[in-house]
Amino acid sequence: MNSASCAAKISTQPFSLNPTSPTSHDRPLVSPKPTSLFLGSTRKLRLSSSSKLNLHRRSGTVVAVSDVVKQKKSKSTHSLLITKEEGLELYEDMILGRAFEDMCAQMYYRGKMFGFVHLYNGQEAVSTGFIKLLKQQDSVVSTYRDHVHALSKGVPARAVMSELFGKTTGCCRGQGGSMHMFSREHNLLGGFAFIGEGIPVATGAAFTSKYKREVLKEADCDHVTLAFFGDGTCNNGQFFECLNMAALWKLPIVFVVENNLWAIGMSHLRATSDPQIYKKGPAFGMPGIHVDGMDVLKVREVAKDAIGRARRGEGPTLVECETYRFRGHSLADPDELRDPAEKAHYAARDPITALKKYLIENSLASEADLKAIDKKIDEVVEDAVEFADESPVPSQSQLLENVFADPKGFGIGPDGRYRCEDPKFTEGTAHV
Amino acid sequence: MAAIFQGVGAAAALSSSLSNSFDSKKFVSSPCRPFSVRKGASFAVVRSDGRVNLNPKGRRAQQLISNAVATKSDSAAASSSSKPGHELLLFEALQEGLEEEMERDIRVCVMGEDVGHYGGSYKVTKGLAKKFGDLRVLDTPIAENSFTGMGIGAAMTGLRPVVEGMNMGFLLLAFNQISNNCGMLHYTSGGQFTIPIVIRGPGGVGRQLGAEHSQRLESYFQSIPGIQMVACSTPYNAKGLMKAAIRSENPVILFEHVLLYNLKERIPDEDYICNLEEAEMVRPGEHVTILTYSRMRYHVMQAAKTLVNKGYDPEVIDIRSLKPFDLYTIGNSVKKTHRVLIVEECMRTGGIGASLIAAITENFNDYLDAPIMCLSSQDVPTPYAGTLEEVTVVQPAQIVTAVEQLCQ
Repeated sequence: MNSASCAAKISTQPFSLNPTSPTSHDRPLVSPKPTSLFLGSTRKLRLSSSSKLNLHRRSGTVVAVSDVVKQKKSKSTHSLLITKEEGLELYEDMILGRAFEDMCAQMYYRGKMFGFVHLYNGQEAVSTGFIKLLKQQDSVVSTYRDHVHALSKGVPARAVMSELFGKTTGCCRGQGGSMHMFSREHNLLGGFAFIGEGIPVATGAAFTSKYKREVLKEADCDHVTLAFFGDGTCNNGQFFECLNMAALWKLPIVFVVENNLWAIGMSHLRATSDPQIYKKGPAFGMPGIHVDGMDVLKVREVAKDAIGRARRGEGPTLVECETYRFRGHSLADPDELRDPAEKAHYAARDPITALKKYLIENSLASEADLKAIDKKIDEVVEDAVEFADESPVPSQSQLLENVFADPKGFGIGPDGRYRCEDPKFTEGTAHV
Repeated sequence: MAAIFQGVGAAAALSSSLSNSFDSKKFVSSPCRPFSVRKGASFAVVRSDGRVNLNPKGRRAQQLISNAVATKSDSAAASSSSKPGHELLLFEALQEGLEEEMERDIRVCVMGEDVGHYGGSYKVTKGLAKKFGDLRVLDTPIAENSFTGMGIGAAMTGLRPVVEGMNMGFLLLAFNQISNNCGMLHYTSGGQFTIPIVIRGPGGVGRQLGAEHSQRLESYFQSIPGIQMVACSTPYNAKGLMKAAIRSENPVILFEHVLLYNLKERIPDEDYICNLEEAEMVRPGEHVTILTYSRMRYHVMQAAKTLVNKGYDPEVIDIRSLKPFDLYTIGNSVKKTHRVLIVEECMRTGGIGASLIAAITENFNDYLDAPIMCLSSQDVPTPYAGTLEEVTVVQPAQIVTAVEQLCQ
């Protein structure tokens, strides 16, 4: 399929339509013309259109953007997008993300963790929708808002909480902190403090996957990499440079934009000449998809497509998820600039509430099932805090251990021995 | 610039019996360096000490560096190596080292601008793309920050990339990735990910290349924790350092120099590497320690010729390892001569020389009879005009004057 036309097709149909309902949720933002005014050029445009949205929630079937889903839907208006198991898995993952982040806020204000902590509340659908489709060997690269990506990828809540507390049992031995979550076992490649910095790293991981297939002749290697980043990053050079390289070499990567409209206090609309980020994909020769990032099922359908493309060696995809963070940029952000009406609008589109409604209305789960999950997750999070509390802080001996993979890199001291042979080195007091 | 000079140390210390024949008071060997000696069936580490002696009596006849930038080669030196070795130019030595490592380990790959079909703008990767394919020798778009980051991501996930900066100056654009990710990710991930990347390229002042193509980035990178920096200066150590850098699990930045690519030398046929953390003894002496690296080594050796004629006996050490410093070799020299002159191409402010002065003063202050002198480039953007460019870098005449001053 010609990717340009495929892109055009997808990018001109941001939402699939519910043809029976002229006042459907999606209608005001959709136009059949390619120049649909998604977001518009002012904040007001988005909000005024959204005021109609609250009243007309989806009824029944959740629709998603991809053509695949549209076809499914046309075959049977009653087909569901997930099974019960899948539904509960998604629900649990999102609840874990939400509960964990709420606990982080508590712990921060109690002085258990410090520095810059960026919480993911409200964006769970993106993390869950994408990452739950991955295999363990697939890689995820995130930003500083990475706690929930880590949890979705499988890093234990205990390890993440300990890392936040700065304990030696943290996933990075306490050396990374909130913004640097890494896990070799789960192929979480970070956790980056500077925006855009992780995108080339993700491109490199995708390159390795292609290299394994073509040079190392591991024919069945179809590992995919997901790069998550925000709207602010989409104005950064590294973003564009990597879109180019990924499309050029057809790397197995999906670029996932978590467009929550705000880069700290800078509105996306004030920072970007053309705010429709998904349109930037076709400029580089890859499909650009826009999806409602507050709806985990829609995200999941789009993700299936994009990840499938990458696995089959068809190259990268740019997916823009319209989402929102309920809290400030970080726990230090007073969050005074955002319009309360905007916040209320998105609060009403809470992805967890939406999924819960879907599960119950479609008899995939009962209230009791979901409450049981809520309780289970509460316990997991409590346990994580307890574990982190009880874990030891790193001793000074840890200071120099991981600076170099090969500690000979500290060089040869005046006495002719390598510095790493100095007993003080292992104590962490050696002068290097 | 074609220069011919005999390699030093090519045959040195391949067999321990030979090293025992040396007067060990003169050359302090290092008995306790387990890591530097790796003997195996396939290769041997050659000690970096070049044994050059002025007194042929009682010493094994070694090649003399009669001229830093020699115009004619000495007659074939008595080489204790059983194989004849082969002659090549420095860029060919780099290519040979790279090619051998790519054959040895299929995970080694090259990324950079024009490294593939063009063969590298200084021909270091010539022929490699034809041999290994376009994916192993990857022609990248002009996006230093991103392809360096891509190299880092590839290194984290199991490959061993060699990233070429067409000119070291271009790596200023990759500073974000080099500093934040290359240097730090091993640490911030708690040791989970290793970054066995090699970042290499030509830098230094060339022939009227203009300010931006004449930069010395070693001073900018030296503060980055978690990386190693080495500078090659001869075909022998170029190949050795290239191979060692590729085999190292640490990220290594290998600095080459634009004017040294056509140096010719005879190097061993057998596999060898040069230790990344060791300095190279170029010319032992008694009166003054001259520490240098890269191209300035040749200006120093040229000055050494003049100095010898004037009756001085300088000890010349090519520090090679810019980060970390080999304080053992340097320290032993300081303890012997008590006078130090540093000759470098870095800028005066915040250069390698500045750090070296600090390190020596900290560790060997008691052994100094005079303050350390440091000759660096002027803190000036390198001008285009040849006459001006010449005076921004240290010239042999200045080195002679400095030594005379130091030895008063």
